[in-house]
Amino acid sequence: MENTLLNTIHEKLLTKFGEAIISAEQSYDFPVFVIKTDSVFEVVKFLKEDPEMGFEFMTTLCGLHYPDNKGQELGVMYQLHNLPKNLRIRLKTFFPISDPKVQSMTPLFSSANWQERQEYDFYGIIFKGHPNLKRILNMDEMNYFPMRKEYPLEDGTRTDKDDKMFGR
Amino acid sequence: MQKTEAAKDQSKTSLPNGEGQGGVKQYSTLNLGPTHPATHGIFQNILKMDGEIIMDAEPTVGYIHRAFEKIAERRPFYQITPLTDRLNYCSSPINNMGWHMTVEKLIGCKVPKRAEYIRVIIMELARISDHLVCNSVIGVDSGAMTGFLYVFQLREHIYEIYEEICGARLTTNIGRIGGMERDFNETAWKKLQKFVDELPKHLEEFQKLLVRNRIFMDRTIGVGPISAERALNYGFTGPNLRAAGVDYDVRVMNPYCSYEDFKFNIPVGKSGDVYDRFNVREQEMWESLSIIKQAMANMPDGPFHADVPEFYLPPKEEVYNNMEALIYHFKIVMGESDVPKGEVYHAVEGGNGELGFYLISDGGRCAYRLHFRRPSFIYYQAYPELIKGSLLSDAILTLSAMNVIAGELDA
Repeated sequence: MENTLLNTIHEKLLTKFGEAIISAEQSYDFPVFVIKTDSVFEVVKFLKEDPEMGFEFMTTLCGLHYPDNKGQELGVMYQLHNLPKNLRIRLKTFFPISDPKVQSMTPLFSSANWQERQEYDFYGIIFKGHPNLKRILNMDEMNYFPMRKEYPLEDGTRTDKDDKMFGR
Repeated sequence: MQKTEAAKDQSKTSLPNGEGQGGVKQYSTLNLGPTHPATHGIFQNILKMDGEIIMDAEPTVGYIHRAFEKIAERRPFYQITPLTDRLNYCSSPINNMGWHMTVEKLIGCKVPKRAEYIRVIIMELARISDHLVCNSVIGVDSGAMTGFLYVFQLREHIYEIYEEICGARLTTNIGRIGGMERDFNETAWKKLQKFVDELPKHLEEFQKLLVRNRIFMDRTIGVGPISAERALNYGFTGPNLRAAGVDYDVRVMNPYCSYEDFKFNIPVGKSGDVYDRFNVREQEMWESLSIIKQAMANMPDGPFHADVPEFYLPPKEEVYNNMEALIYHFKIVMGESDVPKGEVYHAVEGGNGELGFYLISDGGRCAYRLHFRRPSFIYYQAYPELIKGSLLSDAILTLSAMNVIAGELDA
């Protein structure tokens, strides 16, 4: 049943957006679509406003960082929910860390406001069209984006801890 | 609402608006918080006031940000449970269970029925304690201290039950990946029975104090309302969304942990104001009580944890006497258990909404990325919209009725 959901939405999106849909797969109980950054706003808008789709509730969004995917290091994950039919989907988009820009979802969902600020704060993702894009959880003076993978949690220069036995 | 309108009109006539004096109308700025006793937590709001009427508000959050999502990227899965305790600390068992279920979904582990029923009992106890705190605080903020002190006794009884199950009270770290750390003992069952017997009497008394109280009704009806449409757009979940009239409850929509076995209603409100939120929470406590009773009556026999030695710590005696148990113990504690690659999202109905865990595992010892969907963080954004045009004292009530928990807000 879940795979039919994946296929129907995939077909719909393919006819409407063509090659903007990079991939579609089932991950546990979620259909996951990877979408080109330029069209992600349009896709979400279509999914929200098309009467057959009706994904009117944005559950959550979060930033992603894969330093090894050259040219596609940063990403954003969106989860949408069709409440009357109880269908959930996940969308992802990836873009280079040198130009971390993606369209803001605030015109569609008020709930995206703080969540996008949070991901800006953590990853330095610039959400184009956001009304108030500034840090939210960390202090304003911070000059780096702490959730990026190049910032290890522990100080790498410490010599008093010997963890080579267990490969930390 | 009418009251606010009236107050607005009055302000127009009685306050000098600068016209005729060559000046412009001036607003005053009021800094509410961060540590104000009426905000119950560290919230700062910079309010633009016209007399006693709020024209605009700018919330500042992040005062107790502890970088949980970053810390979680360096910890083995079993060490993340204590972090979840500190999200919504009024109902930490729900957070713990939500996290265990996320990992169980990732590793494909089926938890025995008995463990699930025990989890349901604990989660519903947590929900009752969460709602008791929230509702009694609404009472305090509208001037009724008695109810608050009165129902805190009940919360104390709930904490005693937690103590019997896991040894802790507030930050519980209850349950393990794959089940529970231990079965309920004799004392726990006794305390639970006593609590279930006593709760209705106290809850009724508490309701008599407030629900049809003229002063309380005048103070709460029409205060801080939100329409269903706006609430959905703002990502409201939990009692706050149901008070606006949307019957969305994760326990029913996406049943987890055997919730499909229980019969219960989802109370909904109509106008999404403080009074409706209060009543929705009040009714939910009765539903929770009924779920606990059903779980106690139909408690299945069997093991209290699944057979997942890679993740579930063996009993200590076996670690000392049994080679296999020793190896597994070592592997778990050192975080060397094999985890499948994948990404999962699991949501539970937390004390104040859909608490979701989005976990990406790359097969390493720690989570590659863990994102918490924290309901209070998402719906607290609506606060300025809710209090615009209302009185300062109503803003305080709105804040307490939204049940924003600082720990969950700031992660």
